[in-house]
This record gives sequence, C-alpha cells and structure tokens, in this order.
Amino acid sequence: MIIDINFVGLIITSIMASSVPLILASCGELITERSGVLNLGVEGMMIIGAISGFALMTATGSLVIAVFGAMLAGVLISTIFAFLTQTLITNHVATGLALTIFGIGISAMIGKNFVGIPGKEFPVLFESLKDAIPFLSPILFGHSIVFYFAFALPFITSYFLKKTKIGLIVRAVGDSPDSASNQGINVRLVRYLCILYGGAMCGLAGAYLSMIYTPQWIENMTGGRGWIALALVVFSTWNPIKILIGAMIFGGLTIIQFHMQAIGVRIPVQFLTALPYIVTIIVLVVISRDSRKIRLSTPSSLGKSFYKDN
Amino acid sequence: MHKIFIRSFVSSLVFLFTFTVAAVAKDVKAAFVYIGPTGDHGWTYQHDVGRKAVEAAGYKTTYVEGVPESADAERVLRQLANSGHDVIFTTSFGYMNPTNKVAKEFPNVKFEHATGYKREHANVSTYAARFYEGRTILGTIAGSMTKSNVIGYVASFPIPEVIRGINSFTLAAQKVNPNIKTKIVWAFTWYDPGKEAEAAKALIDQGADIIAQHTDSTAIVQIAEKAGIFAFGQASDMDKFAPKAVLTSVENNWGPYYVDRVKAVANGTWNQKDTWHGIGDGMVVISDLDSAIPADVRAKVNQLEKDLASGKVHSFTGPIYDQKGNLMVAEGKTADDGMLAGMMTYVKGVEGDIPK
Repeated sequence: MIIDINFVGLIITSIMASSVPLILASCGELITERSGVLNLGVEGMMIIGAISGFALMTATGSLVIAVFGAMLAGVLISTIFAFLTQTLITNHVATGLALTIFGIGISAMIGKNFVGIPGKEFPVLFESLKDAIPFLSPILFGHSIVFYFAFALPFITSYFLKKTKIGLIVRAVGDSPDSASNQGINVRLVRYLCILYGGAMCGLAGAYLSMIYTPQWIENMTGGRGWIALALVVFSTWNPIKILIGAMIFGGLTIIQFHMQAIGVRIPVQFLTALPYIVTIIVLVVISRDSRKIRLSTPSSLGKSFYKDN
Repeated sequence: MHKIFIRSFVSSLVFLFTFTVAAVAKDVKAAFVYIGPTGDHGWTYQHDVGRKAVEAAGYKTTYVEGVPESADAERVLRQLANSGHDVIFTTSFGYMNPTNKVAKEFPNVKFEHATGYKREHANVSTYAARFYEGRTILGTIAGSMTKSNVIGYVASFPIPEVIRGINSFTLAAQKVNPNIKTKIVWAFTWYDPGKEAEAAKALIDQGADIIAQHTDSTAIVQIAEKAGIFAFGQASDMDKFAPKAVLTSVENNWGPYYVDRVKAVANGTWNQKDTWHGIGDGMVVISDLDSAIPADVRAKVNQLEKDLASGKVHSFTGPIYDQKGNLMVAEGKTADDGMLAGMMTYVKGVEGDIPK
C-alpha cells in the first residue's frame, strides 16, 4: 500500500462525511439539553427524518422540499414529546424512550412502500475545484450543502450559547428554571422551542443518511447513530466544539478500522469494531475532566420537570 | 311470491355458507417466521417475495417479522401452530432448535427450516440455497475484469455460509487470473447502510476496482457507482441502484420452493426432505449481465452458468489448498456437502485471518 498525501486526504474526507449525522443530531440535542430537557428520542426523530426525507424526495422529486420536510417531520414528532413533557409534565426519560420506539415503528410502517427504490443524486458544491489542490481539495470541495452546514453548526451553536441574549436565556432556563421564571422568562415556551429545534436537527441528520450518504430507504437504517449522538452530548460535557472532535474521532476510528482490516493488520476484528466506542469515550472523558468546567456547563435542571404555572 | 323469494334467498345463503366452510376447511394456511423486517430489501425481503408467490398461488399466508432467535421464537412458533397453520417456514439458522422443539409438540403441523441441518422429527424438513454457485460466476467476472488485481469483499459474519462464498468467489477469480488478491473487510452487520458504505470506501481507497458483498443493503453498489468502479448485487437485482456499477446480482429465489411445498401439504404428498438447491433448480438466479462485460467474458459466464446448472462444473473442484498450503480437495475430486456445510477455513489466495 502506498501512503501518499492524496490517500490521507481521501480518508479524512470519508471520516468527515460519516460524522455529519452525529454532529447535526448532537448539536440539536445539545440545545434541548441546555434548556434542561433530556430527550432520549434522538434515534426516533432521526429515523422519522430519514423516511420523511426519502418519501418526499420520491413523491415530489424536489430535494428542497424533501430536506425541509424532513426537518419539519422532526419538529412535528418532537412536538409530541414537548407536549407530553412540558404541558402534561410526564417523565423525560420514559417519554423519550417511547418516542424512539414510536419513531422506529411508524417509520417502518410509512417506509413499506419505499423499500427497493433508488434515491436521487444530491447536488454537490464546488465540484469543479475538486482536483485543484492535492490533499486539501477533496476535503474542502465537492460536498453537499448539508455537509458544510454540519461543520459550521458547532461554531454557530457555541457562539449562540455564549454570546447571544437568547443563548443566555436558554442556559438560564436549563440551569435554574425558577430564577428564570422569576425574571419573567416563559420557561415552558423556551423549552418547547428548544425541543422543536432539536427535532429539526435530528430530522436533518436522518435525511442526510437516507438522501445523501446512502440514498435509499431500509428499516432501521439509522442503526443506533442516535444513541451515539446522545452519548456524544454527555461525554463532550455540553460543549459543541468537543462534539465536533468526538464525532470525528468516532467516525475516524470506524473508517480506520476498516482500512486496518483491508491492509491485514493482525488485531482481532471484534476488538477493532469496538474501538470507536471505547476510544471516543476515553478521549472525551480525558479532555473534559476539569470538574469545575463540568459543573459550569452541565445544565443543573437537566431532566427535571418544571411545575410552576406562569 | 315473497315467501318463495325469501326461501330461495335463505337456501342460497345456506348453500354459500356450507360451500365457504368446506372451502376453508380444505384451505392450507402457511406461516412464515422472519428474523428481520420485511423492509430490509435483503434476506427477509426475498423470503417475503417467496411468501407472496405462495399467496398468488391461492393459499393463505401469515408472517411474523423481527422474531429473535431465542425463547421468543418458540413462543411465536407455538402460537402459529396452535392457530391452525398447516405448514410453518422458519427462515433463519438460529431457529433450528426452537423449530425442532415445537415440531415435537405438533406432529400434524409441517415445519420447514431454512439453512439448518437438524431434522429430529418426521415433520421437519430443511432447505437452503447454493449461493456459492452464484459467487463462482461473480468471481469469474471479477477476475476477468479487474485492472488493479485487487478485489474488495465486504463480509458480514464469520460463518460457513459467508466463508464458503468468499472461497468460491476467490477460486473462480484465480482460475481466470492467478494474480488477483481478495481483500476482505468484516462489517459485523447484515445491514447497516452507513457501515457498509464506509467499508466499501476503505476498500476502494486501498485500490480495489471491483467490490463484492455479503451484506444486504444497496449502499455498497451506490458507493461503487460514485467511485466509478464495478460491484455485484446481493439477494435481489440491485441494478437500478447503480446502473453503471452493477455487473450482475445473485438473487435469492425462494418462491418456487415455497409454492411446491405448500402444494405438497395441500395434496397430502409432503414428506421430510433436505433440500439444497442451486442455479439448476432456480433457487439461485443470476440477473442480466451488464453491457460493460466484454463479449468473451459474457460467453464464458453463460457457459459456466449452464455447466453449474447441469452439474458438469462444481464450484469446489480440486486441487484446492488452504492458506497454509494443505490440500483440502484432491485433484479431480469435488468437495462434498458435509465439507461445504462446515467450511471454516480460507482457501489459498484469500488475505487475512478469519475472525475468531
């Protein structure tokens, strides 16, 4: 095997493409959790986004409608979660799990008629520049718009939480809903909006899988990526930049272990398969071990219901 | 006048009723137990296509999908046997023990277990397909068409079925091109489009210009299409997912067998059997060959398909050596079914070790 710079560039490109759904879903869930709501329905919202995007693309032929439709579907299904947990004050964990089970079931039902249909090609940007610079070009150019959005999202999210007033409100609601409420903030409304935003991002993550990454529909195609996204949020200690790092490490090790197999490295394949999970957790725990920072960034009221009537 | 009308109406109703009851009593009901969802577009999907053929032949069918290979399977089987099904098809290897256990309790119900070898009771039959014959054809095409001499192979789990496929593919490819290497990547999943795509990309980055797969989704052929290389479809004809990349597919065709067996139950001619059908019996079907395949290769492959069907050519004809150079099948001999069923060693020319 020849290790040249272009080869490395190709691998990095593969890694980035595979981490897009994790980044999108994690950044969405991060906002939800920062407002104090624990939504375990990420997997369910992703799969709903995946089938909605694919179904709309097949039915309407319009990729724009399909992408926004998938986000809207994520919003709609998360509305159920928001209504149950915020208006009817149900338990976050149980409702989130139910949302995942519901999402997987209903996507399979809708998807029955879409199995075995090939997807459409999704347009990529800057394709003409793809061979302009060795190494850098494949990394920078020739990707879908969702890809670029995903890599901007952690920085936007970070800026939003740290530097904007609305970001401050979201954090206040997550840390101390009672104080926020006393300040005249409508806690329930903020949490509603954060849940819906999380739903939209998870829907987009699912649509990326079924429309761009592997354009097809099969049942359960998210394959547990929702749970990984959820874990990334916790292990990154609610820091969007660390989510980016974690998603890249996870995607990277998944791909590198396949390369190691193909080269013929004599390490048990089962161990290589488990490697992404183990290393991602270790790295994120190590880079986030400052207990003061963890305390600061953990939403204190995460998963607790807010009872006060406004 | 009215009375006559009512009387004839009632009598015709009674007639219709008895007629329907008689028809129902004669009807044979078949049940299918699936390991995955029917929406997987792979293994279970193809079994369900077979079930629909049974339905089209005029029999009633039921199916239960996503049944785990555990005590749950027994519960489902018992429930199906209790609810008036005459024949039950259990379509995954792991249903072997539950099938035999429940068969003992219901001697009047026929059980058909796919890919297994245990027939402990008179009402249990087993059936499987010689997919490796299809892979001999794929190997011949791959060996003839590769330019980089590196062929990628995305595998699922290290079980005899998969190892047999890898061996049969490699032997055929080596026969037409002794310089080829088969690079195997284990995805440890039957279907996860994302993971399969990543495995395929890794193989392509490492120089593979043709990719074969023993996983179920269409992600791999789509990746091949994007990369401008060739691939083979699995389980169903995947041509429409990657019209340029897919050279041909090996299709699982269970329909004819299922219809046959259900008919046999209806006629009272069902008997215990161990069926292992290949190309010759139509259980393994080779899809249309792509126009990218050169004429000479096409002719060779057409002939090979005929010879495999007639039994003139066997996929595992000696001399066959394992990776260490030990003789597995002597010259002029062919591997017997026992050896094929338990095949857990790579033949010479396959790179790497089988995961333990």
